[in-house]
Amino acid sequence: MIKVDRLTRTYGGFTAVDDVSFTCQPGRVTGFLGPNGAGKTTTMRIMVGLTPATRGTATIGGLDYHDIPNPGRHVGVLLDAGAQHAGRTGREILTLGAKTMGLPMSRVDEMLALVSLTDAEAKRRMRNYSLGMKQRLGIAHALLGDPSVLILDEPANGLDPAGIRWMRDLLKGYANRGGTVLLSSHLLNEVELVADEMILIGRGKIVAQGDKASLLAQSGPAASLVTSLDNERLAGALRAKGYAAAPAGSGLRVDAEPAEVGRAALEAGVVLTDLRSGARGLEDLFLELTAGTQREGHPEAATQLQEGAQA
Amino acid sequence: MSTTTPSSASGPSMTLDVSGTPKVPFTRLVGVELRKIYDTRAGRWLLGAIVLITAAIMTIFFFATDAPDRTFGNFIGISATPQGFLLPVLGVLLVTSEWSQRTAMVTFALEPSRGKVIAAKTIAALLFGIAAFVAALAVAALCTLLGGAEGGFDGIEGTLFGLFLALQLFTILQGVAYGLLLLNTPAAIVTLFVAPIASTIVFNLVSALRDLAPWLDLSTAQAPLFESFGGAGLTGEQYAQLGTTTLIWIVIPFVLGWLRVLRAEVK
Repeated sequence: MIKVDRLTRTYGGFTAVDDVSFTCQPGRVTGFLGPNGAGKTTTMRIMVGLTPATRGTATIGGLDYHDIPNPGRHVGVLLDAGAQHAGRTGREILTLGAKTMGLPMSRVDEMLALVSLTDAEAKRRMRNYSLGMKQRLGIAHALLGDPSVLILDEPANGLDPAGIRWMRDLLKGYANRGGTVLLSSHLLNEVELVADEMILIGRGKIVAQGDKASLLAQSGPAASLVTSLDNERLAGALRAKGYAAAPAGSGLRVDAEPAEVGRAALEAGVVLTDLRSGARGLEDLFLELTAGTQREGHPEAATQLQEGAQA
Repeated sequence: MSTTTPSSASGPSMTLDVSGTPKVPFTRLVGVELRKIYDTRAGRWLLGAIVLITAAIMTIFFFATDAPDRTFGNFIGISATPQGFLLPVLGVLLVTSEWSQRTAMVTFALEPSRGKVIAAKTIAALLFGIAAFVAALAVAALCTLLGGAEGGFDGIEGTLFGLFLALQLFTILQGVAYGLLLLNTPAAIVTLFVAPIASTIVFNLVSALRDLAPWLDLSTAQAPLFESFGGAGLTGEQYAQLGTTTLIWIVIPFVLGWLRVLRAEVK
């Protein structure tokens, strides 16, 4: 539904978006993931015609954004929840949107109810909104025109844990009904729970894309962490099958799929107390792939910084 | 209308069906822009100030003058000063607040044709200008009837009022133009008020330029319009001077500002 083809945007000598290509399918949530300043927002702004592309194209449903009549009825956009007049009430902001799109005013009430903004909150002015309330209002605004495509930039920013879960369910339900969702984030765990497809971007370039399984498949050889009542016998059985096994904590680290470890344990008659995949997670992959593009230069620093930002 | 509900999608389609969606009609955009003028407290204060100051200045004039001077034309003339100051600010704000409050991102996402949005804003600002002028006419008529001069409505010329309205509307356009050109509220308002005064000072001080002033300086060219109330009309040359100064001070900045917004990256 969204097709980005060899998109490039330069500012003088700086390339914000560098030859980026990807597609977002209907019925799926596509996560757009990358560190701050990686080019996510610029790419999304080009999609909706706010920033001109230097080269390449971005189309939605085969159309240039400018050629979509009454685009709010087809594409819901939330690029910056704070980009609303501080002196307008939440209800007034939605009313302006509904009037522009030619929607009945009942739609405003429906959307306020959908994002759980109370009547009293809707009457407050934007300057008195918390970041989480602004995000809810922004999502309500994006959904006003009952669009079939959603483009959301960092929508979970500022939401509390319950709010993040609410949004996750909302977007999943929306995609299940056939909608196309593109959402960006710099936080992996926000995206990996909701996205069917992930696009990893760093310093303007796409470094990896695919669904979670295929991304993990590129993340290195299989490994398992296992603990049993007799680690030594299990290690021997595994080595006999040709798998390297080394002590790790109270258990073993084995270079094999968990299924193979389980089979070896079964054959050797060893009781397992814990068995799980020891493959590197998406986070390691994300940090490794974007390591060259992280401001901090090495992944450890980036991890600490991210945790600091979340706190 | 809503052919694009996710639930109605029959299998994943990679194209948008926009056949059932008409474009946003221009009148609707104008309606939304009109609403944006008065849906904030700042906007309502500005509108309130325009109405109150106009009424106040007419009342003061009413009591400060003797009956023979209380003519319809004089009441209109006196209302021009506060309106000429405040209405262009309305024009400035209608444009620059979209940038200072960053709502341009939302506005242009809902209507990507930026030219249409600017046109709708301009029309909305002009409609407010016409409303303010009509209100001034009503108050002036009331004042003249209440305690006005004998024959207070004598010598009222339609063309003069037309010119007067045009002047007000061009002042609003000037506000919109500087807003578009600078996209910054304080800069546009300061330019709007300081630049014409600075120009008048320069043209009056530099003797070599003094002869050119009516052709290049906005206030010099507009002065005959204010003086002509109750007097003679404008000469052809004065019309031409109004034309050149309007071109230099209003039309050219408006066109340049328009082009700037069409090309600007909306942040």
